Amino acid sequence: MRNLTFKQISSGIGVLILLILFPLVFQKPFPQHVMILVFMFGMMAVAWNIMGGYAGMFSFGQVAFFGIGAYTSSFLLITYHINPWLGLVVGGLIAALVAAAIGYPCSNLRGHYFAIASIAFGEIVRTHFNNWKLVGAAEGMTLPMLEESFRNFMFHSSKLPYYYIMLAFLIISLVVCYIVATSKMGYYFRAIKESHDVAKVLGINVVWYRLIAIMISAFLTAMAGTFYAQYVLYLDPESVLILPISIQIVLISMLGGAGSIMGPVIGAAILMPVSEITRVMLGHKGTGIDMIIYGALITLISVYQPKGVWGLFSNIGKRAK
Amino acid sequence: MTDQLVQQIVNGLLIGFIYSLIAIGLTLIWGVMNIVNFAHGDFLMLGMFTSFWLYTLYGVDPLFSIPVCTVLLFILGLLIYRFIVSKVMKGPMLAQLVVTFGISIFLANLAVFLWTPDFRLIEKPLLHGTWDIGDIKLSVPKFVSTIGSVIVSLFVFLFLKRTKTGKAILATEMDREAALLMGINTERINSISFALGSALVGIAGAFLSTYYYIYPQVGGTFGLIAFCVVALGGFGSIEGAFIAGIIVGLAQTLGGFFIDPAYKYAIVFLIYLITVWIRPQGLLGW
Repeated sequence: MRNLTFKQISSGIGVLILLILFPLVFQKPFPQHVMILVFMFGMMAVAWNIMGGYAGMFSFGQVAFFGIGAYTSSFLLITYHINPWLGLVVGGLIAALVAAAIGYPCSNLRGHYFAIASIAFGEIVRTHFNNWKLVGAAEGMTLPMLEESFRNFMFHSSKLPYYYIMLAFLIISLVVCYIVATSKMGYYFRAIKESHDVAKVLGINVVWYRLIAIMISAFLTAMAGTFYAQYVLYLDPESVLILPISIQIVLISMLGGAGSIMGPVIGAAILMPVSEITRVMLGHKGTGIDMIIYGALITLISVYQPKGVWGLFSNIGKRAK
Repeated sequence: MTDQLVQQIVNGLLIGFIYSLIAIGLTLIWGVMNIVNFAHGDFLMLGMFTSFWLYTLYGVDPLFSIPVCTVLLFILGLLIYRFIVSKVMKGPMLAQLVVTFGISIFLANLAVFLWTPDFRLIEKPLLHGTWDIGDIKLSVPKFVSTIGSVIVSLFVFLFLKRTKTGKAILATEMDREAALLMGINTERINSISFALGSALVGIAGAFLSTYYYIYPQVGGTFGLIAFCVVALGGFGSIEGAFIAGIIVGLAQTLGGFFIDPAYKYAIVFLIYLITVWIRPQGLLGW
């Protein structure tokens, strides 16, 4: 696990080149938009995976960190004209602090209890932002139109820069995940996932390492939040703080394969195009058909492919050897 | 001020007993199978719609559609357990958590598709109006629903403590393998518990439909509150769920009264978080 093989490195570079060329071949906005969503949700799923897949904390409240990231940078930009790149860092830090504040009291919770606590946390954050006048309450906030530049993190004429920025973010999160997974910390996380008590007996500071996992995850998720705000230039609680986003993140990780580095990205690459295309084709009348399909898909995946497609690939690989 | 306060306490109790009934169904499933049924709120929604359509199409009052709701939801529970839930029970825990989310999204949007997302109300149920006791207003349908919920909860309690099947359910909850060794068919107990839990929430739906708005997403909030009630009361504890339902009902109305009505659910969630922080096993859990 520690050393990548030549084959892995070369196939990784190959995929990266294809992804860099993709928007130059497909120049229409829709495929580029779908790919941006793949990267964005891929990044959040990678972040989820650090705490869920490795450390065994199944969070259904990731949307709170996403929202905190989006709200912090936007609020700083609108009120104090602070550069969104700085806002991104501040948002990440605030999300990590909030994560620590909520993670500490939850440090004894496992399994279902943790999952429900994370939903409760997400709903509290949503309710609060829905009533918080300072950040526009239920009406939300519209970001000012600034001059198009990398420095301003704002582009109006093309989606291309957003595409590359989000791809870079995804790669950053993968590198973080790789470092975590292959370090001593990664082994601690897995020990905690297997059994709290055994990990404690082995001398691992369970509370501390669980907090680290949550904080890393929160920081990365908040980065995606800031990106989303800069990309859409509008945010309200209904678009960045609702439970379905959290569920989507968990589902992507599970579909791809929780506990593997690339799994969540594979999951996003499968699920996001499917959900976007069904939404565009069937969702326009508000009949709910797209969501019916989505719900059925979740159920089918859980029943028939609960270990994720990544497990499927590696099984085939092992058999071939 | 005191009158208003008493009124809020009455309102809290009125909604609290319904929460208890919903949560008892959930805790039964959770306790026996260690499955969190995130579609529980949507079962409630189906119960409400069953009652609504029986009223609208055939003029059957919600009070008399309770048996129909019970049977329909019992069957639905059996089917969902048999064809979906039982299949993920041996799978990874993440799949067990996610699968019922899938069912929830499916059912809620099926309702949108079939019946549109509109808010509906049963306009002239048999029970309507309010009783005035001093300055306190007591809504008749809410009061009757509350009494009904208490009676049903009591029946569930007696069923579990007095009948053979009930005792088998409790035994499975305590120790699945020991129950299996004692000759209890735990697979059968699973399906009975799941179906019974669904039937209970169907009854709650029929009661709620006498005064509450009926719409496809109604299950969301009720479902989330039911989780807090269950975890507050203690995993798998029927008595715990009953008491916690009342606490949550009171917390919601009193919190809304003293702090801000917009935050009434947030207060419930906060109480949940504080409880599991101090006492992770819940009030009456072990």
